[in-house]
Amino acid sequence: MELFFSQILDGLSIGSVLLVSATGLAIVFGLMGVINLAHGEFMMLGAYVTFVVQSIFKPMGGVLFELYFPIALVASFLVTALVGVLLEKTLIRQLYGRPLETLLATWGVSLILVQLVRSVTTAMMLGIVSAVLLGLLALRFVAAKVADRPFFPYLRGVLWAAALAIGLAINAALANIRPLANAWFGPRNIDVTAPRWLQGSWGKIAGIELPGIRIFIILLSAVLLLSMLWFLRQSVWGLRMRAVTQNRQMSNCLGIPTDRVDSITFGIGSGLAGVAGAGITLLGSVGPNLGASYIVSCFMVIVLGGVGNLTGTVIASLLLGILQSVIGSGSILIAFPNLPASVKGVVEFFATTSMSLVLVFIFIIAFLQFRPNGMFPQKGRSVEA
Amino acid sequence: MKLFRRLLPWILLAFAFFILPVILDDFRLNLFGRYFSLAITALAIDLIWGYTGLLSLGQGIFFSLGGYAAAMYLMLNTKSEAGGNGIPKFFENYGVDQLPFFWQPFWSPISTLILIWLIPAVVAGLVGYLIFRNRIKGVYFSIITQAALMVFYHFFNGQQKLINGTNGLKTSTTELFGMLVGSADMQGWLYRLTVLLLPLAFLVCRYFTSGRFGDALIAIRDDETRLRFTGYNTVPFKTIVFIVAGILCGISGALYTVQSGIVSPQYMSIAMSIEMVIWVAVGGRGSLVGPIIGAVLVNYLRSLVSEALPEMWLFVQGALFIFVVVLMPDGIYGWFTKGGFSKLLAAFGIAPKTPIYPRLDREVVPVSEGRAISKD
Amino acid sequence: MTTPLLEINDVSVSFDGFFALTDLSLSLYPGELRSVIGPNGAGKTTFLDVITGKVKPLKGTVKYLGDSLVGLSEHQISRRGIGRKFQTPRVFENLDVIRNLELAASPAKGPFALLSQAIPPSARDNVHRLLDYVGLAPYARVQAGSLSHGQKQWLAIAMLVAQSPQVLLLDEPVAGLTDEETVRTAELIKSLAGDHTVLVIEHDMEFIRDLNAPVTVLHQGRVLTEGSLDDVQKDPRVIEVYLGQSQD
Repeated sequence: MELFFSQILDGLSIGSVLLVSATGLAIVFGLMGVINLAHGEFMMLGAYVTFVVQSIFKPMGGVLFELYFPIALVASFLVTALVGVLLEKTLIRQLYGRPLETLLATWGVSLILVQLVRSVTTAMMLGIVSAVLLGLLALRFVAAKVADRPFFPYLRGVLWAAALAIGLAINAALANIRPLANAWFGPRNIDVTAPRWLQGSWGKIAGIELPGIRIFIILLSAVLLLSMLWFLRQSVWGLRMRAVTQNRQMSNCLGIPTDRVDSITFGIGSGLAGVAGAGITLLGSVGPNLGASYIVSCFMVIVLGGVGNLTGTVIASLLLGILQSVIGSGSILIAFPNLPASVKGVVEFFATTSMSLVLVFIFIIAFLQFRPNGMFPQKGRSVEA
Repeated sequence: MKLFRRLLPWILLAFAFFILPVILDDFRLNLFGRYFSLAITALAIDLIWGYTGLLSLGQGIFFSLGGYAAAMYLMLNTKSEAGGNGIPKFFENYGVDQLPFFWQPFWSPISTLILIWLIPAVVAGLVGYLIFRNRIKGVYFSIITQAALMVFYHFFNGQQKLINGTNGLKTSTTELFGMLVGSADMQGWLYRLTVLLLPLAFLVCRYFTSGRFGDALIAIRDDETRLRFTGYNTVPFKTIVFIVAGILCGISGALYTVQSGIVSPQYMSIAMSIEMVIWVAVGGRGSLVGPIIGAVLVNYLRSLVSEALPEMWLFVQGALFIFVVVLMPDGIYGWFTKGGFSKLLAAFGIAPKTPIYPRLDREVVPVSEGRAISKD
Repeated sequence: MTTPLLEINDVSVSFDGFFALTDLSLSLYPGELRSVIGPNGAGKTTFLDVITGKVKPLKGTVKYLGDSLVGLSEHQISRRGIGRKFQTPRVFENLDVIRNLELAASPAKGPFALLSQAIPPSARDNVHRLLDYVGLAPYARVQAGSLSHGQKQWLAIAMLVAQSPQVLLLDEPVAGLTDEETVRTAELIKSLAGDHTVLVIEHDMEFIRDLNAPVTVLHQGRVLTEGSLDDVQKDPRVIEVYLGQSQD
């Protein structure tokens, strides 16, 4: 029975990570009707930011190293939020009102992010930076003269292509210099060492160990969720976000800067993914492919919980986490050893991580047959145009 | 000119069937055989996405089911693959000494040929009906098909004792008609088979997209609710199209498997299924020529880039996704047919600017002549 | 008195506690032309949603020819002979005008019928007649998306008529039309009444006057009053809901 409870605790902590990430996805989806397929990669970015912060603090040792994790949390939020805002301003904005296309474009972004983390070197970074700078400079220089000519859009494309080519050339040239050509992370998994105060047990309740990492993650997500709630309910920008979610045109007419609301929302959503990624580093080693393994679960949380509903998101993500962990570990068999053989066979069949996912997804699709709009559907005229 | 347009498909077909096998070496020919089989999948995706507006991110399910069906037949009917019990050798690794029941129909070539498309059809029908019945559409449809894909991926990946799990089934070392499937001769024949099936798939798609059924599909894409209020039950329409697409994907997967030499759960990875969509987007959705162009072009590009700079491919692919979606939403074929090229020329002052309403006066065709004239 | 063709009895609709319709009852008799007016948010569109199966009522009955419509899906109700035109002109933008009409006019609406059969000649004649009538014949081969707003309205109405329904429910048929087009629409609607039963929702009072039909005023999900337009316009309660509380 103790094992059973510790599995539930496991499930809760995984569910909490899902919750943080899915909340980010859900507020973006609620506001803009956009599903960000690169959301999982933002989690991955957050994890790598944590790794970088840890690597910076490691040589300092002692008390400073013990404190790195909170700093890493903040850093991963800020970095991924920044990337998110950048993505929104350059790409997502162009595709407003075309959700399916946005899906494809963000998938393109996720591919680039994965490969970037795998193969980024100092040389490549210098190449990218110089390409972007050159492109912007060329544009500023040329735009003043021929911006109104009909061939300008094509010229812009040519200029960017030229800047890219120069960037590639710089990368190739610098790649011959040894220290610049070393991959920062490489394609392999990385491990983050948790600070000592997180390792080990935080005490016992009724004979059940409380592992520090799991409890910390659960607490962290609770705090994040509450502050998110406070932000949405109490702050000015939260009020604006809720207004735009309900009626974009009307908000626009009332003078709410909807494009800034979009940017901020996308930034916060991405930042939450980053924090979730930072949390994942505590649960195990992480690699460039981290995003793919979590993103579908995040989608399922949204499908199951209903759109634009934080309560639904909370219940769905915790349920998903617990189900996955309890079924996948096979702890049902240990908790209830006297099951009849036929049931036992079924339970054993699904008692692996991947098979538990199979069962959970089947459960969700079955659930949607009864409640197609999730557990907490929105009602009213605005649902279907 | 008109005669040339008439003859062009036949010329291309003859070129692919007779000339390409002569001028290409075995390796390249095999690659083109794979591209053409993938083009069938692209057609299927165009049918559901380009025409009906349903973006499925799970077509890999049907693709792999077809592939597995073909591979299972080959595994069972190859002497060199058989282990002690007369069942494929890999079963011994997991201590399985009895063939799982669902392998049984694949002893027979006839039932295999049927199951290659029947299994995807049944799965597509079931999944499609359950989704469409609940009016799940748009982004929801996409992510639920993706979830369904994950179900199948994890199932095939996790079940070593049933279908060799993550290792997949290798077909290149199996035999068909006494020939090694991986041999150059066999691959040449498989290439020719693909070249014949691709136009067939094209005709199937044209059958469903032209005429009144096709009109209904486009109406579903444009405004499904309106169509429902017009008295149409859209569920069977969508289910039928989804089944047809599933069948085409299954056939395509079987052809691809025997030409690539293996089928594995990787064919059901999220990435592969989304990649299928980009072939259609690059070529041009909503037309039947576009997807074929797109599938061949993108995969050719993939071969080129992966041979030269393997780690660059994901960058190129990612950029391709963004580029096509943002700057070329109609794809290559759509860009040409919608006057993109003449606009480009006009922008540089080479050609006269296109008039603003080029179609209105030309389009006044006496109605009584019926719809046949508007086909071209 | 004949039995009503369409009978809405004691219907309430609530969205998360907000009552869009409250105990609404209304009957339409065969061949009748009826106008429905009311300020924004009076529940006019929701009222049509209930009849056409888009929204399920919390309570009450909707009966057509004595059969309940509650619980039927949109296409079933449409096939029984209740057609609806939406507030904004909704046409299939990427189809030719004539194909829009053919989809609506086709008597068989199953997928296999559409695959195997050509459209029957009678339906095709009907389509051509309608095209001429609404003046869209020159645009028969133009994509519906490139039509002007007014032309789309006409196409939407023509599609509705092509369905040859018993009951036509028109939600703001003249919104965005020119005066001349409005007059023609009124003529069209009057010519339809008699053979068909027509219910028109409109804000345009001139148009309502043109129709010269009994008026039902909705307010806050209830029937406020019924009568001829002149009577209704004199009713102090109607003046109040349209113009606000008078200064006492």
